[in-house]
Amino acid sequence: MAGKIFAVLVALITLATAYCVIAHVWWMPVDISVHGPKIDHQLEETVLVAGLLFIAGQLVLAAFAFLYGGAGRKPTQIPGGAKPLIIFAFVLVGTEILALSFIGSKAWGSVYFEAPDPASMRIDVQAGQFAYYFRYPGPDGKFGSLHPDLINEGNQNYFGLDPDHDPDAKDDIVTAELAIPVNKPILITLHSKDVGHSFYVRELRVQQDFVPGLNIPIHFTATQTGRFEIVCTQLCGLGHYNMKAYLSVLSQADFDDWLKKQASMQ
Amino acid sequence: MKTQPRIALLTLCLLVLAVALLRSAPSVGAAATSQITGTVKLDGQAPHQKPIDMSKDPACAQTRSGTPPTTENVVVGGNGGLANVVIYISQGLTGNEAATPSQPATIDQKGCMYVPHVVAMNVGQHLTVLNSDKTAHNIHPQPNPAGGNAQWNKSQTVGSGPIDVSWTNEEVSIPVKCNIHPWMRAFIAVVKGPIGLSDETGSFKLDNVPAGTYTLTAWQETYGTQTQKVTVAAGKPASADFTFKAK
Repeated sequence: MAGKIFAVLVALITLATAYCVIAHVWWMPVDISVHGPKIDHQLEETVLVAGLLFIAGQLVLAAFAFLYGGAGRKPTQIPGGAKPLIIFAFVLVGTEILALSFIGSKAWGSVYFEAPDPASMRIDVQAGQFAYYFRYPGPDGKFGSLHPDLINEGNQNYFGLDPDHDPDAKDDIVTAELAIPVNKPILITLHSKDVGHSFYVRELRVQQDFVPGLNIPIHFTATQTGRFEIVCTQLCGLGHYNMKAYLSVLSQADFDDWLKKQASMQ
Repeated sequence: MKTQPRIALLTLCLLVLAVALLRSAPSVGAAATSQITGTVKLDGQAPHQKPIDMSKDPACAQTRSGTPPTTENVVVGGNGGLANVVIYISQGLTGNEAATPSQPATIDQKGCMYVPHVVAMNVGQHLTVLNSDKTAHNIHPQPNPAGGNAQWNKSQTVGSGPIDVSWTNEEVSIPVKCNIHPWMRAFIAVVKGPIGLSDETGSFKLDNVPAGTYTLTAWQETYGTQTQKVTVAAGKPASADFTFKAK
């Protein structure tokens, strides 16, 4: 009896879970990036393939428990032995994983191995426990050089700029919010001043780790205006849960106004 | 017959010793104390204080409307008075007799800034850390590792009670940061003996200063320290003024 109840429960949980995925009860947030559809397509394929295997596996488990479960039953030999079944399972799962990797690497490569648009707008990000700061090059289009020894958060010098001696740094605009114009290619360089962090915007389908000492470029184009959350998805310390900033995707005119206002606040 | 002269001799010795000790070095808490008062001024243009963007934490941004708060590295009053300067006696006190104030010093986290920006207190004095904000803070003093004070880092969630701490060693000054809100900065100056802090008009006051000659030190977070000699006569307030040059 217990075996039959278990079997019915397993089947019910499996079907309820499958329903939630198929009916998109919890699904991915809206995609606001140009490259996003490739990522979404890959995710859907992964969910489909893994989901089919999951449903089949759980239902077979439930069926066996229902038909052959219960106390007092002796294990019986599978006809033809277990070996062919195990080989079949290995080949099936192996093929799935290989197929996903090959298709997935194509999607990944099309995002990461594609050179950024030369006309991209360049923005720097400085991550540190536990906040992000952003830097725009200002009217001269050049970023000032970074001097980690000059970083002074009490003085709002989050990047370690030396505007007194470095003309390129003089007009750099440092902000606490990331604003970008809609439909414009953006090239962001990630810097970390302390430990590993991550730059994750769900709606942009962008997730990239910061590695201290490396300048890591990521590029994307946003297709919708709005305000979105940038969160850290790499456990970076006690305040990790609170490490976030906001991404504002603005029309070009709104962005120009915003940048002007930020420049006046430096 | 023999014990009485011994007791008299002992009492005399003790009296001589006590007088000698009292005369040898002025000590805080001795009966005849005085005050040192004065003002601190800034000579020149104060550096631009940058506005702070608190958009990272909506709970911080909400408490602020209108003009954004700015950094407080150099705070100058209308008359050129320089605020947040710590004034203390760096030489001339024995230090051992310093009476620790019974009232605790206080630092509040309010509007995602530290209030006050600079705390002047004594070794062993209690410091009460409050959080008046609708967001969590972590208070993280970073004393000089060689100075003997322990570094610590405590979280203070919304509505949680005050944190009570104290310092074991002198240090001017211990920087304090909040890791959740990196713009937050405070300094805690810890000494033995009289200590003062200049207000918005630049004026300061050191209470309970015994008569004597001292080296007075003024510390400002951006401009560093200045010293001057000051002589305090019993029961007569002394004055000392400082002027920092804007860089």
